[in-house]
Amino acid sequence: MTRIEVLGTGCAKCEALYASAERAAREKGIAFTIEKVVDPADIVRRGVLATPALAIDGEIRIAGRVPSSDAIKALLP
Amino acid sequence: MSAGATGALRSPRRAAGLVLAGLGAWVAVYAALGPAAGWLAHGLMRLDPASPLGSAVAFFLFEAPKVLMLLVLVVFAVGVVRSYFTPARTRALLAGRREATGNVVAAALGTVTPFCSCSAVPLFIGFVAAGVPLGVTLSFLIAAPMVNEVALALLLALFGWKVAALYLATGLGIAIGSGFVLGRLRMERHVESWVYEVEAGGSAVATEAAGLSGRARAGLDAVREIVGKVWPWVLGGIAVGAAIHGWVPRDVMAGILGEDAWWSVPAAVLLGVPMYSNAAGIVPVVHALIEKGAALGTVLAFMMAVIGLSLPETVILRKVLRPPLIAAFLGIVAAGIVAVGLVFNLLL
Repeated sequence: MTRIEVLGTGCAKCEALYASAERAAREKGIAFTIEKVVDPADIVRRGVLATPALAIDGEIRIAGRVPSSDAIKALLP
Repeated sequence: MSAGATGALRSPRRAAGLVLAGLGAWVAVYAALGPAAGWLAHGLMRLDPASPLGSAVAFFLFEAPKVLMLLVLVVFAVGVVRSYFTPARTRALLAGRREATGNVVAAALGTVTPFCSCSAVPLFIGFVAAGVPLGVTLSFLIAAPMVNEVALALLLALFGWKVAALYLATGLGIAIGSGFVLGRLRMERHVESWVYEVEAGGSAVATEAAGLSGRARAGLDAVREIVGKVWPWVLGGIAVGAAIHGWVPRDVMAGILGEDAWWSVPAAVLLGVPMYSNAAGIVPVVHALIEKGAALGTVLAFMMAVIGLSLPETVILRKVLRPPLIAAFLGIVAAGIVAVGLVFNLLL
């Protein structure tokens, strides 16, 4: 089970990243969970300064931009 | 940009070639804009150059492509420059700096570090928790929206490089000065106390692909994202500007926004702070107002108040700053903008 997290305080770009990541995981057909991390203190604790950020299985892989869902697919196991 | 253009950037040599070819084509088209616009408006559409409609149409046909082209060029260049900076790197450069030098470095970095306004809160916490002084952090946060690449491109297109440079210098000056004053006021107690308790993690992100082709791609991404979003505003602003150009009598603005009316600068700033527009819509209108006799300092102050201080951003910062600090922040930055407007009107 792959754990996907989208870190961001809820702006339009965070929503875009969430949608893009969900689509990528679904199209790839992997088993996954996806959740949002919205608390700024939690976001900073994870070492993220620029939102939106994407974590896969707890590891931050993208920060500060919204990649295409193809680019996210390449990051998924 | 098509997917093909991005794909072709894979090898550095091809990327360099494509960027150079793009620049060459840009210069050629740019040089042909003036004659082409005149021919379209007066030759093809048979509009009288002296009539309001003829002058408005010729103005629009010339200014719209010119502004959009300069916008693409400046946004591309800024996108490339920004690929050298990340928020994490900026924080490392600022941590442990003293005030004064710290404010100067922070303001400069604020203009080249890529981040969207919704990142302001995590950035603020991350900076403060890493030991960047409060005033230095605020210099960074003031400079980022105040010195805006879209505004810079539009000022360059419509007013020339001198005004663009003045905007850059005074925007940085306001960010440095305001951050320094706010730091001196010892307002740390007006930061929400939990901010200082957060233990910021070290930068966790794997570095992104660099190299010439990666940077060219960053520039293209910036063009696609920013120009793709603001072009309707630019065209709308230029259309309003063209209408003012054609129909509003010369010097009608001199009485209201002219340099003799000293009170017009603070009034323009008060009016501008609650307004929320992007630079793309506001600069062409500002240009048309100046043409009709408004003073440069007054409208520049208005523009800075509109784009540099926005209520939505203030609301976001309320999560980490208590009201007295927010009030001081707004008051000092607004005072800086008023000072810049008055000085401009006196000097120019």
